[in-house]
Amino acid sequence: MKPAPFEYHAPDTPAEAVELLAEFGDGAKVLAGGQSLIPMLALRLAVFEHLVDVGRIADLKGVEHRDQALWVGAGTTQAAVDASADVASAVPLLAKATPLIGHFQIRNRGTVGGSIAHADPAAEYPAVALALDATMSVESPRGRRNIAATDFFDGLWSTSMEADELLVGVSFPIWSGRTGFAVEEFARREGDFAIAGAVIGVELDGDDRIQRCGVALIGLGSTPERAATTEAEVTGRPLGDVEPGELGHLAMAGLESIPEDLHGSAAYRRRVGATMVARAWAAATTEACHA
Amino acid sequence: MHELSVQMTVNGQARAATVEPRLTLADFLRDACHLTGTHLGCEHGVCGACTVLVDGAAVRSCLMFAVQADSTEVTTIEGIESSDGELSAVQSAFRDCHGLQCGFCTPGFVMTVTAFLRDQPDPTDQEIRHALSGNLCRCTGYQGILKAVHQATGGERET
Repeated sequence: MKPAPFEYHAPDTPAEAVELLAEFGDGAKVLAGGQSLIPMLALRLAVFEHLVDVGRIADLKGVEHRDQALWVGAGTTQAAVDASADVASAVPLLAKATPLIGHFQIRNRGTVGGSIAHADPAAEYPAVALALDATMSVESPRGRRNIAATDFFDGLWSTSMEADELLVGVSFPIWSGRTGFAVEEFARREGDFAIAGAVIGVELDGDDRIQRCGVALIGLGSTPERAATTEAEVTGRPLGDVEPGELGHLAMAGLESIPEDLHGSAAYRRRVGATMVARAWAAATTEACHA
Repeated sequence: MHELSVQMTVNGQARAATVEPRLTLADFLRDACHLTGTHLGCEHGVCGACTVLVDGAAVRSCLMFAVQADSTEVTTIEGIESSDGELSAVQSAFRDCHGLQCGFCTPGFVMTVTAFLRDQPDPTDQEIRHALSGNLCRCTGYQGILKAVHQATGGERET
């Protein structure tokens, strides 16, 4: 239960960090809060020759309004997100998802960027990023580029970032108007990864039609999943025509890689997932109606 | 692999050592500082037995390397009694309410509850249950621990 030996680097700037990543290539891994990486190292599920600790880079921390969006530095802890009044008012979905991550001791160390770059299909933040169409800002020795959430997650614990790219911040669009947001998930024990869950944002127009919606799923694939077909199906329809239970089943229809393990079969997760979508839809639309 | 020097304040005392980067904060506290009150149960962040305060925040010391705690202030179970050796209010409540049996998980629970009640001095029963969810106890069935937390807040509240 002890990690294998590694060299430790603690750069002060993103530029120094990506130089190290470029130098060591696949032998290096970014260490952020370490709440997923360190268990994997302890169990020796992963071994790296170099860890690049970005925890001391001040530029990566903070929450601020930038161009109609809320920018959250990758190194911002989940506890800081939880305590942020800006997050609560501008991106309520992020605020609602945060207390569901692990336990408060984990959130004191775990970071926004760490969770998103780790890209666990059962984690909350990747689903929130997908549902809201967030943009990831990544830096490499070649400069910065932005990656849309839909192009970011490309496999189990895998993203479209190159080995020498560092996630520096996430830009969450601010939804205004008649909006509602909800996160529903089911876990056997509090703080466990959910067996299945759903994250939903919805906006209604003045006639109670669905103007836009984002539906992302937790724990229902090998990668963080977005229920794009379901979103397209309901957008533009009157709210009263959408029955939450049917929506839940619809969201499960296209899923092909639902995990199966000791905690539940794929069929069981599909049922739980449909229920979570239905509950989240009901909660989000109720909130939007009263907004 | 290169060893690195680290220095931190542990329970008010300056500590310095040269360590391998892979040494966890928990092992640093136990082996370098000889503070064996911090217990290691699972060593991968599940059980909460190794909870300590780093710059005031409750964290799992098995999920942090000692080098990451460089220049911080760490408080362990050995550091929360008063200077004359009296148990803290949380420790007294655990003793009074049978909040422990074998005692292995207790340092982690006490550190968790100490941080929680500092930030939320008047919690509901539900909030207490949320706060305790990251620490595992295999003896008590948790009822004594819950009672201890209620006592440490100065009384029981409904809901």
